[in-house]
Amino acid sequence: MNVLDEIVSDQLRTDLPEIASGDTVKVSAKVIEGNRERIQVFEGIVMRLRGGGITRSITVRRIASGVGVERTFKIHSPRIEKIEVVRHGQVRRAQLYFLRDRVGKAATLRERRSGR
Amino acid sequence: MSIGLIGRKLGVTQVFQGDGTMVAVSVLAIQPNVVTRLRTVERDGYTAVQLGTDPAKRVTKPEAGQLKALPKAAQSLATLREFRVDSVDGYELGQTVALADVFAEGDLVDVTGVSKGKGFAGQIKRHNFRRGPKTHGSDHHREPGSIGPGTTPGRVYKGLRMAGHMGDQQATIKKVRVVRADPDKNLLLVNGTLPGARGSLILVKKA
Repeated sequence: MNVLDEIVSDQLRTDLPEIASGDTVKVSAKVIEGNRERIQVFEGIVMRLRGGGITRSITVRRIASGVGVERTFKIHSPRIEKIEVVRHGQVRRAQLYFLRDRVGKAATLRERRSGR
Repeated sequence: MSIGLIGRKLGVTQVFQGDGTMVAVSVLAIQPNVVTRLRTVERDGYTAVQLGTDPAKRVTKPEAGQLKALPKAAQSLATLREFRVDSVDGYELGQTVALADVFAEGDLVDVTGVSKGKGFAGQIKRHNFRRGPKTHGSDHHREPGSIGPGTTPGRVYKGLRMAGHMGDQQATIKKVRVVRADPDKNLLLVNGTLPGARGSLILVKKA
């Protein structure tokens, strides 16, 4: 193995589920508030996946009190407690930027049937 | 003044730090260096420790002559560099200086390398000049503009920034933080980018 890959190999997480664009995920991230740490859960649709290896990140979009919120998580980060896939959405592209223009029911995705 | 080490740049990657933030790091391979010569005030007029690394299949006769006094294993070192120190006490010929002896995580270091050569570069790339308009009848695209007054002084001032060779110069980046030191694998991870291509020679000193 390349030395550069070897350095980050022990930081790569193996406990992550397979995540695809369109999936609805629950990301439990550690947040530091003052001097105490708590876990904040962010649930939404995976809008895109970026990067490879240690830099792999997902952008999760949800509508929070009427406002679209997108958060990006480095999925191998030690600050991420866990990621749960709640639902697989059926999508035909990798980057779901069209969700930004949609509200309400139009912003929901059909569920992917198992076994495609 | 303190001793440094000779290493090679392996490349750049990113790692997570203890607090969960990610940083770009340059990875340096620093094999244990061997003390090949001690410079003293009496003999040389200054004090320094010469270190060697990179065992080679063959070294030239003049080089081999320099290393004659050393143990057999150290007689084929191809790369030799000196580090100025306040005193050579504690160093002896043939001694190995390893990564763990000098650097630890969190240290600040000065890193010296030779920057990538850019060839003959124009003033825009070399000195961050601004370009002229591309269109609207402009004939002034990447030219430097005026380089000085006319008849008086009748010459161009010395040191005026112009096009020319860029890069392939020694460059030192000061006060770089050591993100991680891995003495078992002889690797040093320092914050940010460093001069030089992958595989190029790098000198690391305590800041």
